[in-house]
Amino acid sequence: MCGIVGLYLKNPALESQLGALFEPMLISMTDRGPDSAGFAIYGDEVPDGWIKLTLRHHDLEYSWQALADKIKQTLSCDVDWFSNHCVAVFKVQAAAAAVENVIAEAGDDVLILSAGQSIEILKEKGLPQEIAAKFNLSGMKGTHIIGHTRMATESAVTMEGSHPFSTGMDLCLVHNGSLSNHNRLRLELERQGVKFVTENDSEVAAGYLTWRLREGDTLNEALKNALKDLDGFFTFTIGTRDGFAVMRDPIACKPAVLAETDDYVAMASEYQALTTLPGIENAKVWEPEPATVYVWERGQ
Amino acid sequence: MKVIDIEKASVRELNQALHDQHVECTEREWEVTGVKGDHNLAVGLDEAISVHIKGHAGYYCAGMNKKANIVVHGNAGQGVAENMMSGSVRVVGDASQSAGATAHGGLLVIEGNAGARCGISLKGADIVVKGNVGHMSCFMAQAGTLVVCGDAGDALGDSLYETHIYVKGSVKSLGADCVEKEMRAEHVQELTDLLNRAGVDEDPAAFKRYGSARNLYNFKVDNASAY
Repeated sequence: MCGIVGLYLKNPALESQLGALFEPMLISMTDRGPDSAGFAIYGDEVPDGWIKLTLRHHDLEYSWQALADKIKQTLSCDVDWFSNHCVAVFKVQAAAAAVENVIAEAGDDVLILSAGQSIEILKEKGLPQEIAAKFNLSGMKGTHIIGHTRMATESAVTMEGSHPFSTGMDLCLVHNGSLSNHNRLRLELERQGVKFVTENDSEVAAGYLTWRLREGDTLNEALKNALKDLDGFFTFTIGTRDGFAVMRDPIACKPAVLAETDDYVAMASEYQALTTLPGIENAKVWEPEPATVYVWERGQ
Repeated sequence: MKVIDIEKASVRELNQALHDQHVECTEREWEVTGVKGDHNLAVGLDEAISVHIKGHAGYYCAGMNKKANIVVHGNAGQGVAENMMSGSVRVVGDASQSAGATAHGGLLVIEGNAGARCGISLKGADIVVKGNVGHMSCFMAQAGTLVVCGDAGDALGDSLYETHIYVKGSVKSLGADCVEKEMRAEHVQELTDLLNRAGVDEDPAAFKRYGSARNLYNFKVDNASAY
């Protein structure tokens, strides 16, 4: 069992409250997932030609400044950064691959949790409440956010095995369920050059989407293909640069509830997680249909 | 009327107070407020009392109900009225999956839509859904009745036993061994009575009946050579 929550703001006036609106949603899903929690928040976009990376180092004393200097010198480019507990958000005027190379060559065990122009992924082991406090979730601003509370079944309780999983530039995935063909699929995806760091089944789903999108699928096509190729139970929520998508497997035994008002679209494993949202009493509340892709994005 | 606010009292305290009515009934009318998707509301009741749940209920609301009449003034989560024995449960909004699962008796009315597996393994209760039902509804249902005033999803009545199914709208697909059957006078009468009991205004003549072809009931002798 796991919990999934997502909040996409239609009303820009609420963007300064995104974290505050989202924190109780995440915490209310503690019963479904007390092992670890994480979220991907979108906003504070960097301009074209820049890349934003969320980096993590296990040592709180790690010198992010030294890493920033190294990137600046090697690539002769501007670097802005700020740290938040054990993670740092780097904004670099360079291509993602070039920055990732510098980080790899530095050999400091820095993990790259996300890359894109908007996304920041923060996740840790522990209770959702502790993780929200650690990263000061309630103070965060943004346009949309998806989160996950994990009760591990398929693999170990580690930070690496917690959700969301990055699936490409500005894309990530959270999963409630279990996949039964993830071992075979992992081998096939590894042959396609997709890298995995855990034995986690959800990471395989993320890797699958990464591969399909790399092959030229739209998000919608990638998800439709996932329905054919992934065997098992899943409710997925996928964060995109402009919004989020929700999809359940054809059996649809893993729960999902959607709510929409003029101000927002919200998604959760259980209705309980939505009760603190403003105007929820009059929201349109419904369950997403099985094997159906739902997408909310700006500009649609 | 007794009002219990479960933002102040716990669900356990609510259910205990309702169970106590079986020992000595001191109050017939109950109202539950402060409901925010809480699970296991008003489960295991065993007395002819009325309970009005004001808000959206979580999982297993009114499960194992006996004698009580329970109304959810909102949506209900998974497994509403699961294993009901008697009495009635009415959901004013939509119900999630497995509504009325394994229910032996009583009446479940869903005024909105029901999700997947409505009436799964039904054992004798009557279910009336004013809207649509999701896929695999009445899977392995054994007895009782399901009435759907809207449409039914995929694999309706898969591996059905003797539950009677009436659908007014379309059926996306029938499950294994479920077939459309003739609507005879006794079926119109049964449906008319049930719609009346549910307080649902529909024309019984507009419904089609579905039931078991009974092909899965017995061992097929053609398979004997496999042994």
